[in-house]
Amino acid sequence: MTLDLIARVPAGPLAEKWDKHKFDVKLVNPANKRKYSVIVVGSGLAGASAAATFSELGYKVSCYCYQDSPRRAHSIAAQGGINAAKNYQNDGDSVQRLFYDTIKGGDFRAREANVYRLAQISVNIIDQCVAQGVPFAREYGGLLANRSFGGAQVSRTFYARGQTGQQLLLGAYQALEKEIAKGGVAMYPRAEMLDLIVVNGRARGIVVRDELTGTIEPHLADAVVLATGGYGNVFYLSTNAKGCNTTAIWRSYKRGAAFANPCYTQILPTCIPVHGDYQSKLTLMSESLRNDGRVWAPKRKEDVSKRSIEIGEADRDYFLERKYPAFGNLSPRDIASRAAKEVCDEGRGVGPGGRGVYLDFAEAIGRLGEDKIRERYGNLFEMYQRITDENPYEVPMRIYPAVHYTMGGLWVDYNLMSTIPGLHVAGEANFSDHGANRLGASALMQGLADGYFVLPYTIGDYLATAKLEPVTADAPEVRAAVADVDHRTKRLLGVQGKRTVASFHRELGRIMWEHCGMARNAEGLQEALALIPALREEFWRDVSVPGSGADLNQTLEHAGRVADFLELGELMCRDALHREESCGGHFRTEHQTPDGEALRNDEKFAYVAAWSHAGDDAPPVLTKEPLVFENIKLSQRSYK
Amino acid sequence: MSGMMNLTLRVWRQAGPDTVGQLTDYQARDVSPEMSFLEMLDVVNEGLIEEGEVPIAFDHDCREGICGSCGVMINGVAHGPVRGTATCQLHLRSFKDGDTIVVEPWRAAAFPVLKDLVVNRGAFDRIIQAGGYVSVATGGAQDGNLLPVPKMDAESAMDAASCIACGACVAACPNGSASLFTGAKIAHLGHLPQGQPERYRRALKMVAQMDIESFGGCTLFGECMEACPKSISIDVISRMNRDFLRASATAGDEREQVGDG
Repeated sequence: MTLDLIARVPAGPLAEKWDKHKFDVKLVNPANKRKYSVIVVGSGLAGASAAATFSELGYKVSCYCYQDSPRRAHSIAAQGGINAAKNYQNDGDSVQRLFYDTIKGGDFRAREANVYRLAQISVNIIDQCVAQGVPFAREYGGLLANRSFGGAQVSRTFYARGQTGQQLLLGAYQALEKEIAKGGVAMYPRAEMLDLIVVNGRARGIVVRDELTGTIEPHLADAVVLATGGYGNVFYLSTNAKGCNTTAIWRSYKRGAAFANPCYTQILPTCIPVHGDYQSKLTLMSESLRNDGRVWAPKRKEDVSKRSIEIGEADRDYFLERKYPAFGNLSPRDIASRAAKEVCDEGRGVGPGGRGVYLDFAEAIGRLGEDKIRERYGNLFEMYQRITDENPYEVPMRIYPAVHYTMGGLWVDYNLMSTIPGLHVAGEANFSDHGANRLGASALMQGLADGYFVLPYTIGDYLATAKLEPVTADAPEVRAAVADVDHRTKRLLGVQGKRTVASFHRELGRIMWEHCGMARNAEGLQEALALIPALREEFWRDVSVPGSGADLNQTLEHAGRVADFLELGELMCRDALHREESCGGHFRTEHQTPDGEALRNDEKFAYVAAWSHAGDDAPPVLTKEPLVFENIKLSQRSYK
Repeated sequence: MSGMMNLTLRVWRQAGPDTVGQLTDYQARDVSPEMSFLEMLDVVNEGLIEEGEVPIAFDHDCREGICGSCGVMINGVAHGPVRGTATCQLHLRSFKDGDTIVVEPWRAAAFPVLKDLVVNRGAFDRIIQAGGYVSVATGGAQDGNLLPVPKMDAESAMDAASCIACGACVAACPNGSASLFTGAKIAHLGHLPQGQPERYRRALKMVAQMDIESFGGCTLFGECMEACPKSISIDVISRMNRDFLRASATAGDEREQVGDG
């Protein structure tokens, strides 16, 4: 059964939609707000900002995170910055330009109205964060500093050294703690959402496992917000934190929420290359490094084992500058990543396994001096040196692309509500703003836009218009959801097989990286679609989860997450297989231009692919939301 | 691969908050010097799971030194032998083949052990709740550039704001004091114009909460600064003390407000 996807985009001119919508939405009377309860799952930029703002408005909020403190959500690791169309640099930026850059960067696969709203709100986010005391970088005159970032020709990125995500998250976290102290938010750390509770077709709560006691309980509310981040860890090796997972959105998908564009994955070019089989994660270095670093590889294969300084200028191929003269080293992420892969595929990669290219600061250090480079990137250079034992002030860094962000996520309408009424989705967990590729410094912008400025309006509209009956813990739907989680947990503990959870996760990651990674084709995807179900079957037959479910059991937590990744991976491959075109991060080798660039097929694929669950034994059902571009002209993305 | 190492780990195992713990020996065989300390624990844990044993519990998440989840005592030193480095960013190249390494949880009255190397750091969140914020609600903020902040003030604020709340300062302190953590937040906000309206009230309330949480007093040993993975300077403690003293001495009204807050 296909879905009735109604995007609820307001009528009227693009620039007026959001203002008009804010006026049209129903409001909840201030005295009534405290009668409504909202669950927020996740405490990153989107979750913490939403929970704090809901509480400020007067709603009764509960917030959940799997970490021991809401301040540790993975938004904290974002380094480079946050975009805003302030045009403080007088360099030609505007809301319209940020909107256009984001749509184009996403390879024309995002919804116009959502992206325009994001660009509009971007300016409010900076103001809000400054008021909270976020220590943004400043010029000597005391005004806010900016830098440029991949995919843009204006300087609109605000930053706090290489720790922008940390500082923005601490701003949101502190706002959240302020509301916890007031009693407006009940915070549940070390708590994992393991299922969604749907009653009479509406999201009315979640099933939560307390990680310390193992207690599995329902938590009920009038609306639920998922702000649980992306699913990049399906690849095992990614720049995500170890705990990042798909469980909240995947369980919601299985309860009826459509999953949009699952195959859109972003591979970030500037990561530290893999150095061994035991590797547990990949470390990203901010792509702001590409502002001053020049990317190159040896021209000749024979030179790859030489030391970098032994390779003369004439024997170096600055391949981004060569292929994309207009944007050069600042080409968008998908383009820069694929270019690095091609160079390595040609046998010109450097470092272990030939999977690396150089990112060289010698020219910038010569031009600006080491002190200036230290001021801009000091912490990144230190991090690189700590991990690799090489000094990037003296030798070029080695970098290679790694899975970083997932543009796909639960389908949402203009109000950020999923196909399950009452279930809202914010930040990386939804699909809404980045199309098939996200530009740098736009994830922080989207997370905070959703949490501070969009959901606080739209959730009120939902609560004011939905006719909600009281729900209690003994309702049959609630008891059934709790029983499902209980059963699943016991089942994981009961297999008592021989293989570790991590070994299954690694194997799944290899399959996904090989067949659904930076370049995909029908043959490989079909192979993955055979391998994944077989691996899943083996998992449920042979996984080993020692210990009990009645206390802190990190293996059990990991097992539940991997079980869900084993299902999600299949959907990603299915989506990648059906999308017979290349766009943004989705590169099908069968669909490329003669010079190897992504070749879209707008006639057939200018739509959002929304998949819905049709039962464990039936294939998922595809519904298409056509993308209508009324304000910009579709073109082949060119950064040349 | 050359240079593989064999290490003996002496790890604190404790089944739960109310049980007695003890040190247990494990062998980490054929581990690479390029591995991170936590990757080495992963390898040991996978071996334990394959034997059907319960693996060693430890907190970790980002593994890039910024989330503050991880942190253990390594041979009695918080986050181990390399300065300015969180446990996840420590690599085995800092150890020698054949070494015996003692791995314990943070030891502090305010951080009770939950399991093995995992402790409860909820007290840090409650210190922030007491006043580690600027009281502005979402919306209504003026344009960011209407409030110029001298570059040096912004840099000083950022130095303090880089705290990751891992708890190493508390674990390293002979008194189990949280002064570096608390001082860092007070300094972050106190260096900025946005933090001024609540500056003294904030100092009073956060220091009071520190005492409630059974952290020890600060006697300026400086061990905290040595252990801090972000190398936050002990100057933030002096600054906290100045703000606290000034608030205590001059702000009688403020104290009353704090009392009923």
